[in-house]
Amino acid sequence: MYRVYTEILEIVGDVLVVEAENVGYGEIAEVTSQRGTSLAQVIRLEEKKVFLQVFAGSKGISTGDRIRFLGHPLYIATGEELLGRIFNGTGLPRDGGPPLSENLREIATPAVNPVKRLLPQKLVRTGIPMIDLFNSLVESQKIPIFSIPGEPYNELLARIAIQAEMEIIILGGMGLKYDDYLFFRQRLEEKGALARAVFFVHTASDPIVECLLVPDISLAVAEDFALKGKRVLVLLTDMTHFCDALKEVSITLEQIPSNRGYPGDLYTQLARRYEKAVDFEGAGSITIISVTTMPGDDVTHPIPDNTGYITEGQFYLRNKMIEPFGSLSRLRQQVNAKTRSDHRTLMDALIQLFASYRETLEKRAMGFKMTEWDKKLLHYGELFEKKMLSLEVNIPLEEALDLGWEILCTCFSPEETGIKRSLIEEYWPKKVGSEEK
Amino acid sequence: MGRRGKIVKIVGNLVAVEFAEAVYQNEVAYILHNEEKLKSEVIRIRGNIAELQVYERTEGLKIGEEVEFTGELLSADLGPGLLGQIFDGLQNPLSLLAEKYGFFLKRGAYLKALPEENFWEFIPLAKKGEKVKAGDRLGYVFEKIFKHYIMVPFSFPGIFEVEEIVPEGKYNFKQPIAYLKKEDKVYEVFMKQSWPVKIPIRAYRERLSPQKTLVTKIRLIDSLFPIALGGTYCIPGPFGSGKTVLQQLISKHAEIDIVVIAACGERAGEVVEVLRTFPELTDPRTGKLLIDRTIIICNTSAMPVAARESSVYTAVTLAEYYRQMGLNVLLLADSTSRWAQAMREISGRLEEIPGEEAFPAYLESRIAAFYERAGVVRLNDGSIGSVTIGGTVSPAGGNFEEPVTQATLKVVGAFLGLSRERAEARKYPAIDPLISWSKYKSFIEEERVSFIHSVLRRANDIYQMMKVVGEEGITLEDYIEYLKGEFFDYVYLQQYAFDPVDEATTQERQKYIFDFIYEKIIQEEFLLENKENALKFFQKLRQLFKTWNSEIWQSAGFKDLDREIREFLNERRKVKSNV
Repeated sequence: MYRVYTEILEIVGDVLVVEAENVGYGEIAEVTSQRGTSLAQVIRLEEKKVFLQVFAGSKGISTGDRIRFLGHPLYIATGEELLGRIFNGTGLPRDGGPPLSENLREIATPAVNPVKRLLPQKLVRTGIPMIDLFNSLVESQKIPIFSIPGEPYNELLARIAIQAEMEIIILGGMGLKYDDYLFFRQRLEEKGALARAVFFVHTASDPIVECLLVPDISLAVAEDFALKGKRVLVLLTDMTHFCDALKEVSITLEQIPSNRGYPGDLYTQLARRYEKAVDFEGAGSITIISVTTMPGDDVTHPIPDNTGYITEGQFYLRNKMIEPFGSLSRLRQQVNAKTRSDHRTLMDALIQLFASYRETLEKRAMGFKMTEWDKKLLHYGELFEKKMLSLEVNIPLEEALDLGWEILCTCFSPEETGIKRSLIEEYWPKKVGSEEK
Repeated sequence: MGRRGKIVKIVGNLVAVEFAEAVYQNEVAYILHNEEKLKSEVIRIRGNIAELQVYERTEGLKIGEEVEFTGELLSADLGPGLLGQIFDGLQNPLSLLAEKYGFFLKRGAYLKALPEENFWEFIPLAKKGEKVKAGDRLGYVFEKIFKHYIMVPFSFPGIFEVEEIVPEGKYNFKQPIAYLKKEDKVYEVFMKQSWPVKIPIRAYRERLSPQKTLVTKIRLIDSLFPIALGGTYCIPGPFGSGKTVLQQLISKHAEIDIVVIAACGERAGEVVEVLRTFPELTDPRTGKLLIDRTIIICNTSAMPVAARESSVYTAVTLAEYYRQMGLNVLLLADSTSRWAQAMREISGRLEEIPGEEAFPAYLESRIAAFYERAGVVRLNDGSIGSVTIGGTVSPAGGNFEEPVTQATLKVVGAFLGLSRERAEARKYPAIDPLISWSKYKSFIEEERVSFIHSVLRRANDIYQMMKVVGEEGITLEDYIEYLKGEFFDYVYLQQYAFDPVDEATTQERQKYIFDFIYEKIIQEEFLLENKENALKFFQKLRQLFKTWNSEIWQSAGFKDLDREIREFLNERRKVKSNV
């Protein structure tokens, strides 16, 4: 039978200390109080003292409440049954549907043996030129959207999710505003993607500890699908809430903070989640796109900083567009040589010219004289921003490449682009449409 | 029977154990949990409580569970068969683990690093009656392309006499290949020995100072900030500045016998890349597969933290082992910051008084001791071997003032600092020539190197000035100086890793091109009437050199361009008045 204890010694933050025996590290318990029942997890064992982190928070728990140890770690139901459903951070239904207990899987799964990973090589098409052309997304990549809080990052995330043609979409929402949650649901429903999606949503008003569980639950479910051969896309928004929850909990536990109050193991905590992105040899894959809102647009803040060290690049969202400088897909080299022969060269040429345009803008702002070349660059820059950079643009990669040539042809002579002769001959638009002056 | 203890406390991967008999500091212990045996190491002893860092996840462990002490320090197995392998931080062979347990790393599953049953063709060198000591060669086997010497175990103290040595033939690790006698006691020697990873191997005659340049074929490093065989260097840089790519390029192209890659707390994907591409790449020096000269020790970021710490030591121990055979070994540690963070995590759980940014106070001495294991040594038989250590550092926020970077800078011989600005401007390798330094000697004439440094500094000064006063605000002479610096950066310092030729430049070619640019461009004056002409002149030159860089050394195309560039320069050269 389950062991029930009623002797609560301490309540500090969301942590209870109870005297109990034969309890395993990481085990789950049920805490029953006048407010109802919540799950809790063992986070420390000391002699007979058991430290329990209560998922629903400790508010209203009395020293005389009942604690029942379940004798197992945290499990989550997995499989097809979950599709189209919406759950909270602990895996309980949020959509009024029945709770699930099929195919239970431990949340804390071990690391993948690197030998069993495949080299990421499959291009994921999103229809967004700033991704497809300039920073190609690759299956099994882990990549965050670095953003200032006010940017349309959730819209971007939803759009990638819908257009990426992955078999399963899993959304892990942390500290999500209720509106945002509704937005995601509505957007996926409109596009008919809800039936292949699973939501784990922690809203801003839910207990903080639940926030910590969202990535693990989402990834455990994703991993199960991937092992069954599915190509899974996991969206995690917003990881900054997750990190802040970590900070809050670790400070309550009197851990020594390392940098701006964040725990010393922030990197390890993030890595343990992001590293779940994988292309299994002989099974499916997990691709992770997350959102990291940057406090004060500061990329050196511990959250984006630690994230950047573990993810494979980042999309930098600023002024409602994916900033060409600062954004980087580390895996693009794996795919962009195989798309079309002009992809790499065109990408470099367009970006270099755009960099020169930015310099010219600076020069102009300083009041320096504009040369003929500067004027050409200004023309180019405006066209590029409008036709390529804008998030409004929604075209397949091939069209984006053609468009790139067209913009070049409108603004420059072939020699001015610095592109090698063989490619110019093959791709430079034949029709005479270039403006000389 | 073994000494035992009982668990009294569990916090994360730290377990406190109550014991009755003696316990050794840093000895290995196993936690007995149901069917599982979890490896751990004693890291602190207080009264009758020993604190253990567990090399595995600790979920499910309970108070009162038994712990078995082994009396042995954490050790690496040394013997033929290490090359081309991939191990985790505790030297478990990952390929075998995958065969046995599938996709995931199973907790408590340990396999022998070297298969005991494999037979190796042993050729004896030592004679019966010979006097030998630790590190002396008894014989050898062929491993890949090397003579793998079987040596008197490094742990054997004093002088021994060869009592018996087996004749040439096939042997495995279970069969002794020699019997050594000391004071009437006879000891068996096998082809495999083991050595505690945290203690340096010192079975050599003397340490020498690093003198020879290690050619990496990366121009920026070899010409301006060289690394010496047996020296140390570090590559700090913010994320996205190309640390790992640079280490991978070095691991591919360095003129060295053996490369040990320690992937410590970084992305698994990067290990996969090495793993999947190296077996297909050939080493131009030997014509053999790159993987045959490589050992990978990996404890990626999702693997247990405590083993991250040991992975660095395991890697350096393997490097020292091959050095004992008279080989030059390069150890690449990526990233030492993750190793330092592992120390910080464990120190936090031990509730030690924290130092700067919560790193433990012993951070500096640990880092120093690690880099001190690099060096050139004269072995017992007079031959020379070396271990070169290169570590990346991932400073928080890209700020080099942080403790790990600072502690590292104090002990290394070369500093290759990467900058975000250079990386974002796509100037690769993104080593910033204005902040980097090296204490080692380059194969380029010293005077010329220091002159080039001054050219780069001057170009940067002028560039900063132009930002304020505009191009119009500076003189033509200054503008040309700026263009010269930019030109050198563009065609010599920057190297395009995706071009099969430009990717790696040999010493001979580096010397030729460097001297060419130095004599014919940097030191020359040209007839350039105005800034626009100057810009055009250097743009044209840039394009010519870019093409030249992609031509195979001494090929027809290379020679044609050589001529073309000379002619182009001659046309514009100002004839010096004093000539």
